[in-house]
Amino acid sequence: MASGVVAGKQGHSALTGLAFAPDKGRARTTGQPAATRTTAHNQNGNRPGMSLALIAALPFLGALLPGLMIRAGRTACAVSTGAVTALALLLLGLNAPAVLRGEVVQTRIEWLPQLGLNANFMLDGLGLLFAGLILGIGLLIILYARFYLAKADPMGQFYTYLMLFQGAMLGIVLSDNILLLLVFWELTSLSSFLLIGYWKHLPEGRQGARMALTVTGAGGLALIGGMLILGNIAGSYDLSVILTQKVAIQSSDWYLPALLLILLGCFTKSAQFPFHFWLPHAMAAPTPVSAYLHSATMVKAGLFLMARLWPVLAGTPEWFYIVATTGLVTMLLGAKIALFKHDLKALLAFSTVSQLGLITMLLGFGTKAAATVAVFHIINHATFKAALFMTAGIVDHEAHTRDIRRLGGLRVLMPVTFAIATLAALSMAGIPPLNGFLSKELMLEEAAHTVWWQNPWLVGVLATIGALFSVAYSFRFVAHVFLGPMRDDYPHRPHDPGFGLWAAPALLAGLVVLIGLAPMATAAWLVDAAAGAVTGAAVEVKISHWHGLEPAALWMSLAAIGGGLMLLGLFAPLSRLWEGTPRPEAKRIFDGLVEPLATLSRRITDALHDGAVTRYFAIATLAILAAGVWAFVSGTHQQGDHALTPVALVPAAGWALLMVTTCAIVALHRQRLLVLILVGVVGLMVSVGFAYLSAPDLALTQISVEVATVILLLLALNYLPKTTPAESGGARRLRDGVIATLAGLGAGGLIYALMTRDFAFDTIAAYHLANAKTEGGGTNVVNVILVDFRGYDTFGEITVLGIAALVIYALTESILRPGPANDRLRLWKAESQDAGDRHPLMLVVATRLILPLAIMVGVFIFLRGHNLPGGGFIAGLVVAIALVMQYMASGFEWTAARQKIDYHALIASGVLVAAATGIGAWFNGLPFMTSAYGYVTLWPLETFELATAALFDLGVFLTVLGAVMLSLASLSRIALRAGETVNLAPYDIDPAAGRTVKEEAR
Amino acid sequence: MTHWIIAPVVLPAIIGALIVLAMRRDLLLQRIFGLAATVALLAIALALLVASSRNPPEVYFLGDWPAPFGIVMVLDRLAALMLALTAFLALMVQLYAVGTGWDARGRHFHALFQFQLMGICGAFLTGDAFNLFVFFEVLLIASYGLMIHSGGAQRLRAGVQYIAYNLVGSTLFLFGLATLYSVTGTLNMADLAVKAATLPAGDAALLRVAGVLLLLVFAIKGALVPLHFWLPNTYAQAPGPVSALFAVMTKVGAYAVLRIYTLIFPPGTEATGTLFADLLMPAALVTLVVGAIGVLGASSLARLVAFAAVASMGTLFIAIAAFTPQATAAALYYMLHSTLAAAVLFLIADLVTARRAGDSLHHALPAIAQQGLIAALFFAGAIAIAGMPPLSGFLGKLLILDASRGAGMALIWSTILITSLVIIMGFARAGSVLFWKSHASPAEPDARPAEPLAFVAVFALLAGLAALTIFAGPVMEMMQATAAQLYAPAGYIGANALPGGV
Repeated sequence: MASGVVAGKQGHSALTGLAFAPDKGRARTTGQPAATRTTAHNQNGNRPGMSLALIAALPFLGALLPGLMIRAGRTACAVSTGAVTALALLLLGLNAPAVLRGEVVQTRIEWLPQLGLNANFMLDGLGLLFAGLILGIGLLIILYARFYLAKADPMGQFYTYLMLFQGAMLGIVLSDNILLLLVFWELTSLSSFLLIGYWKHLPEGRQGARMALTVTGAGGLALIGGMLILGNIAGSYDLSVILTQKVAIQSSDWYLPALLLILLGCFTKSAQFPFHFWLPHAMAAPTPVSAYLHSATMVKAGLFLMARLWPVLAGTPEWFYIVATTGLVTMLLGAKIALFKHDLKALLAFSTVSQLGLITMLLGFGTKAAATVAVFHIINHATFKAALFMTAGIVDHEAHTRDIRRLGGLRVLMPVTFAIATLAALSMAGIPPLNGFLSKELMLEEAAHTVWWQNPWLVGVLATIGALFSVAYSFRFVAHVFLGPMRDDYPHRPHDPGFGLWAAPALLAGLVVLIGLAPMATAAWLVDAAAGAVTGAAVEVKISHWHGLEPAALWMSLAAIGGGLMLLGLFAPLSRLWEGTPRPEAKRIFDGLVEPLATLSRRITDALHDGAVTRYFAIATLAILAAGVWAFVSGTHQQGDHALTPVALVPAAGWALLMVTTCAIVALHRQRLLVLILVGVVGLMVSVGFAYLSAPDLALTQISVEVATVILLLLALNYLPKTTPAESGGARRLRDGVIATLAGLGAGGLIYALMTRDFAFDTIAAYHLANAKTEGGGTNVVNVILVDFRGYDTFGEITVLGIAALVIYALTESILRPGPANDRLRLWKAESQDAGDRHPLMLVVATRLILPLAIMVGVFIFLRGHNLPGGGFIAGLVVAIALVMQYMASGFEWTAARQKIDYHALIASGVLVAAATGIGAWFNGLPFMTSAYGYVTLWPLETFELATAALFDLGVFLTVLGAVMLSLASLSRIALRAGETVNLAPYDIDPAAGRTVKEEAR
Repeated sequence: MTHWIIAPVVLPAIIGALIVLAMRRDLLLQRIFGLAATVALLAIALALLVASSRNPPEVYFLGDWPAPFGIVMVLDRLAALMLALTAFLALMVQLYAVGTGWDARGRHFHALFQFQLMGICGAFLTGDAFNLFVFFEVLLIASYGLMIHSGGAQRLRAGVQYIAYNLVGSTLFLFGLATLYSVTGTLNMADLAVKAATLPAGDAALLRVAGVLLLLVFAIKGALVPLHFWLPNTYAQAPGPVSALFAVMTKVGAYAVLRIYTLIFPPGTEATGTLFADLLMPAALVTLVVGAIGVLGASSLARLVAFAAVASMGTLFIAIAAFTPQATAAALYYMLHSTLAAAVLFLIADLVTARRAGDSLHHALPAIAQQGLIAALFFAGAIAIAGMPPLSGFLGKLLILDASRGAGMALIWSTILITSLVIIMGFARAGSVLFWKSHASPAEPDARPAEPLAFVAVFALLAGLAALTIFAGPVMEMMQATAAQLYAPAGYIGANALPGGV
């Protein structure tokens, strides 16, 4: 972190003096290491304790306080919040002398140098002006809000949001890095969203908050684009660098896009036409928020940014015509609407729109003098408008209404409020000697000299009309609320509030008078500093009330005041006319855009994601097919040169059987049991195919997998509907058929292309063949690949199998809990008659005989696996099938009661044995899964081989066995729930007793 | 040779199996061992992260077989980064699941959780294309188990779609691998990289097909339109903590794209050219749009978050599809961010739905217990995923925008910026209905027990996002080094010590 002060004669030379600024570009583009840049900067001297970052951070830190301090009471809460703001203001004040001398105070913290985003802060005249406004008025708002908020309002929350907002605003005006500025910019949108929606129970509050967020959020996103382009042109995201790049920026092809995007951000934030509509709706916020955000600070962020970038963006015709015209239109439109609003805050809101338009117009003129007036009016507007909002809040607070038509005659009941409101309103109207008069006259003077599209008087006349309306609405505010006869139908009998509530607006009204009376002493120095920073040239304003009779502004002012009074006199008929004319209602238009957009989004989303899995598959298949075909046809392809194998009878027959079966499956797929059998046929043919193609291991595996899965599926199907309902019509089936055919052709074509060609390189298979015996200790290469070369894959796959069984178990558990599936099972009725014997004697006896044989076969297959077809996987399946047959013969429960092995344990120990075998290699300093083998002679056996791979294979065996059995166990639990009975004897007919054995239901 | 590389796979496998073997009847034991294992995993992952940043890519030859004949695991910066991210997220999710009692609402939660971690870690570490498939299977089946944890008709229905859709992906993976093997005769990724670069011209078309099929597999995992259809319902219906963990599952797809298409098919490959970028970029843009529209049009909170996750995948793939070191570094940063952001939002959504009588966004319901706190959390989570400041999503988006200058910039920028607005609007609407409108009705008495662990998890994830923001500079430095390593694959290939001294 480095804090520094750069000395210079005045604002601009200080800024350009920053050309030395070490951070001329991002580290990426300049290749300059970050460290040297920081060091270079440190040589400029430090001002310890003057960190601007601290000023910007204080409100954020302070945001934590109110939430806590509210426990100590509302006053403690407000005082602690105010203390933080005051501290920040004090720190700012300590920096002020340097800034006023024309220096630029800087603090630089590296944050994300790769992007050029650094926490660089700077304070110049413009920053000082805005920071002062934010903190000063912030302090007054905190005071005001303490007395404004009702007991029921959560005050801690309010102050927290307010401080977040304050920090964000401070960040904007202190940022020396435009990306950092963007961060704070978006933060103001977010925090104002919270503030506007503070009264959650009011629908207007919620909608106003969303509208403000949407509009300013949209502008913020445009601003991001604009700022990125701007930084790209300038080669840096640091303002101090960008501000020196006027020529480069204005001559760039990207100038106009950048300008448009940045202005979009500014105009939305500052409620410029046609984005002005959100501001009045944001008035649903509590009045302190309106006074703070919507008059003094946030809406001025757009103005601030235009002023900040004025040196590099202004001065072009594009700038003039866009900015000045927008400002002018906004000024007129806002003023006109303001006059006819009956809600006090709405009147003030539109008057703010109008006044902001005025300032925008001045900035748009692009001349130094106009920019100086803009700065001056920013100060004046902040003072009188905040005071007006606060008085409006007081009226609302006391009279319980803000409707002007229900008010009037309050001057007697609320003399203090009346005095404050009148001073502020007169200033807004531009009545001498108040400060509003000073800046408005200067504005009119500038407008009078501005030529718009070769038209020398248009701007002057329109500006006068705008001023005229502002006189009218200002007087209306006073006349229709405070003057006139006292009424006896106020919703609540009003009287002046306590000192706490009127202190803040009174202070501001004092400023209005003070600046008005002695502008040179109270404001000129600040205007000089700020305008110097904006325009980049020394500014020394001469502000006076009287310029003689020559200036046009005098006559324009007089015309405005006279016309304004006349307008107010004609208010009643004009108002009727206004009410009678149809006009676009912003909220309706906004809702008319956003609501259909949301509805449309919902429609699109729901239509796209309608839950129809067949359509998802159709889309996926088409996408895959299209991408695959495109990839193929857009590349070069050399046909393979393998000769086709002549067709022999046996494979042809097998192929024909496969075809027939597949067609049958398509035709009969609604009959589930039948299809299962047909799938079994396919599996059988695949097994035969493997055997025919000399892959006995695969054939064995395939056939045992087939048997096990068909049995399990049969058991599962027992409790499911036996037929699949027809859910799609003919057209869709045709479509699906076409897609499926195309996909099949694609897959077939791909396989054909692959099988008719040679590998481009030697394959890894050659190594496996050569080393299976010598290195892996087995002659069955398939098995050595499975347990050794790629044993790690097998480790993963047996885990998959184990997990699958666990999932089946867990799924069964959840199905059997009370719920629809469980209910259906309880009510389940067998669709077909049971066989006479559920556990036929012959079957029982046969399976008993087969059991030891099958286990023997399993052990045999297991042991020979390393050298001959077999191995743990197949052995596990064989033994599992033998066991499954016992269960089929005598029923699950009966059989389970006779063996004590837990299938969970079987699976887990299988995985553990496999893992332990792999880990064993570590103790020899070898990687996981390294196998070892040796030859052992054990009398009376022949010398045989022992390989650690066999231990691994044991793990495979156990997992496979456990997985099949756990699945079976889960299915049998479903059967029990469906009312299956448990037999007490191994078979139905006890030959010894000669009678049927009873079964019991569980 | 250090065995630590394989620890992230073996440790959860063993703990998962032990939980099934000895602890399946005792929830407390499962919790203790499960959490301890994840803590250990996090420690190992961090150690590997440090190691990977100091050393060149390191290869672990499983079974002591030389590459390319056996299977290898490779630890490089990217793999280590993904491991650390996964372990951190997993620990928080697990804390949440324990804290809210989700783990007790069905069987085998902790075992499946460990197996899930095994699958994810294995996928990140492997240097073998087929082994990648195996670990995709491990993580798929375990994720299915977690997804349907505790059952319910809606969830089971969504689960069927999830598993079915992803099995299509698995099948496609096999097709892709078979094609790749048939052309090159190898499965080791480094070897594939060497072979793909020197492939005869006549094989180019088939290699392209293989590359595209694999890309589509990863697109399914990464939920790219039009292969994203499995995601919204799955994420919306899965238990909250499981959805949160799944935030890293989509990143497995993104990881695989980064790995395969910088190593095997880098942008300069003659046979494939810019094929993959040309496919990815439009899909990514459309994904972002579909996700954003989904956010605005979501009818329930869970779907809102699910579509936000889709949108974030779109943004991520936009950055990936540029296939430049700068954009990849930005993508990596955004990946860290979006994983944590989506996860925390899923957890917060779960906090809301557990307290609310329904998660419909159409009508207001009575205020929920701990409304203020949860609303604040939701606000933070929404800011994060929408890419608003001050959280890292904003920085990530800026980085991506900054990195996508040049051709197509106008389209990319406007898509990203406009969808951001749409997402913000969607979240503002939702938050307004959930937390503001509800104020109209009186709060119910707090019926739920305080769930400190759950809140600890949520706060820790948010703290992770804050740390990503504050330390964006150093983190980005790391991402740049990671991206640089990806685009200089010689180190990766060399570590495999392929025969022929390549």
